[in-house]
Amino acid sequence: MGNITFVEHSGEQHSVKIEKGKTLMEIAMNNGIPGVDADCGGECACGTCHVIVDAAWLDKTGNTSDDELQMLDMTPERADSSRLSCQLTVTDAMDGMTVNIPEFQM
Amino acid sequence: MNKAFTSIKESMGFTPGHATIKAAQFLNNTKSKLGLTRPFPTFIETPIPDVDTLAIEDIDVSNPFLYRQEKWQSYFKRLRDECPVHYQKNSQFGPFWSVTRYEDIMYVDKNHELFSAEPIITLGPVPEGLDKLEMFIALDPPKHDIQRKAAQGVVAPKNLKELEQQIRTRTANKLDSLPIGKPFDWVENVSIDLTAVMLATLFDLPLEERGKLPYWSDIVGSTPEATGGVGVDNNQVYEACAELLKRFSLIWREKEAKLAAGEELGFDLISLLLKDENTKNMINEPLSFLGNLALLIVGGNDTTRNSMSSGVNALHEFPDQFEKLKKDPSLIPSMVSEIIRWQTPLAYMRRVAKQDVELNGQIIKKGDKVVMWYVSGNRDERYIQDPDEFIVDRKDARKHISFGFGVHRCMGNRLAEMQLRILWEELLKRFDKIEVVGEPEYVQSNFVKGFSKLSVKLTAKQS
Repeated sequence: MGNITFVEHSGEQHSVKIEKGKTLMEIAMNNGIPGVDADCGGECACGTCHVIVDAAWLDKTGNTSDDELQMLDMTPERADSSRLSCQLTVTDAMDGMTVNIPEFQM
Repeated sequence: MNKAFTSIKESMGFTPGHATIKAAQFLNNTKSKLGLTRPFPTFIETPIPDVDTLAIEDIDVSNPFLYRQEKWQSYFKRLRDECPVHYQKNSQFGPFWSVTRYEDIMYVDKNHELFSAEPIITLGPVPEGLDKLEMFIALDPPKHDIQRKAAQGVVAPKNLKELEQQIRTRTANKLDSLPIGKPFDWVENVSIDLTAVMLATLFDLPLEERGKLPYWSDIVGSTPEATGGVGVDNNQVYEACAELLKRFSLIWREKEAKLAAGEELGFDLISLLLKDENTKNMINEPLSFLGNLALLIVGGNDTTRNSMSSGVNALHEFPDQFEKLKKDPSLIPSMVSEIIRWQTPLAYMRRVAKQDVELNGQIIKKGDKVVMWYVSGNRDERYIQDPDEFIVDRKDARKHISFGFGVHRCMGNRLAEMQLRILWEELLKRFDKIEVVGEPEYVQSNFVKGFSKLSVKLTAKQS
């Protein structure tokens, strides 16, 4: 059991417990993290669960599919280490990881 | 200075885009005289039978009077329950498949490599020549992605933040001018005008010219051939396009001259296109330029307009929800999503199968038209609890399908939400009651689900 920290655009931090096998989006939802909408419910079809992973942790988050890249392309908030949190399955290796929530979801 | 002046002069006259539209119009008229054009459909309203009296294969949800006669709920419910992927083989718009359940719609919307958005997203075609307009809503990747990316900045939340105060002031001015205690048409006075005010803000079109925006939108976006709308002559469509292009070419040249003179540009659409490396020469590609303008004008008009009317009508039908909202205005954002679900101002988007696809037990053949009925998905009992209830604090209110999903998801969704949020914030500050007096009237179309008239009487808030 470890923790992942969500950082809101305002700087406010939320540390949440890792639930192995769940997606990062589900964990954000279960913990009521503000700034993650997830309108499509995890289908990789809306882009509103966008997070920016701390670059040092990016290689722990697995592959990014073409579909995900295409959806990420649709947000002007995109950064180099952007991911859709619904496409990222949480593992123990992510203990200590920090992800930033962009100012806006689009 | 001299150069800028010449540019402005050029755009007043015969621009390349102008010539393209004129050529299409000429070709269409010549063919029409020779009897070579498609027959122009007219739709005469007759009572729509109860769905229970029909054989399943005879159900035709492309009837442009389905919403006006309030038959859409029963028609789509029967399809969802008995034949969720349904083939209508001889509608006035030709044969088409209807996809009516939320999950199936999501599947079609997501799989753009199986279902193409080209050449057009309405059931029927647009006037000849205008199908060459490049609107990214009706383009597949990769072309879609490039064009959308160029335009999306104007409705990006960062940009909207810059515009919010201006839109709020303009909304407040509008609401302060409304009559109290006296019935008036909400559609014309508020929904249409306020939508035009906001689009004019977005395009930096002088406010006194804003009436042109709904005028262009209604002509370009509601031809009988495409959606079963009230008839306008094809010539009117060509002329509206030419006029629109001319006006915005002039704005473009003015801003271009400012930019060349070292002045700061604003956050409006044309300024953003001019400032973007990929789009700074878009005026030289008239089919793209006009396509993008038409898309944003049509996309921004009917949708917001009808959501503005729908919210008033829904809270009138569900007075307990209005009371709940007044007690807790922090519910406005959630209610805004619920209004957009409840109304589903654009009833569907069309696709064409790029290969044979099996969907929910049916084989859709390559080349078949496939219509994703968002209006049905938003009332799918399998996905949404009590879908026929309007609930201002609905759990998961954002999970409606009105914006579509996948690469074509509505680009202006955050603008729409902001416009509606501001409207309701300002309404609640001023009025205690917003009564609907008289039967609402509905638009003739199978695409736009909207109000043509909504008589309303306001009661001022006791201060």
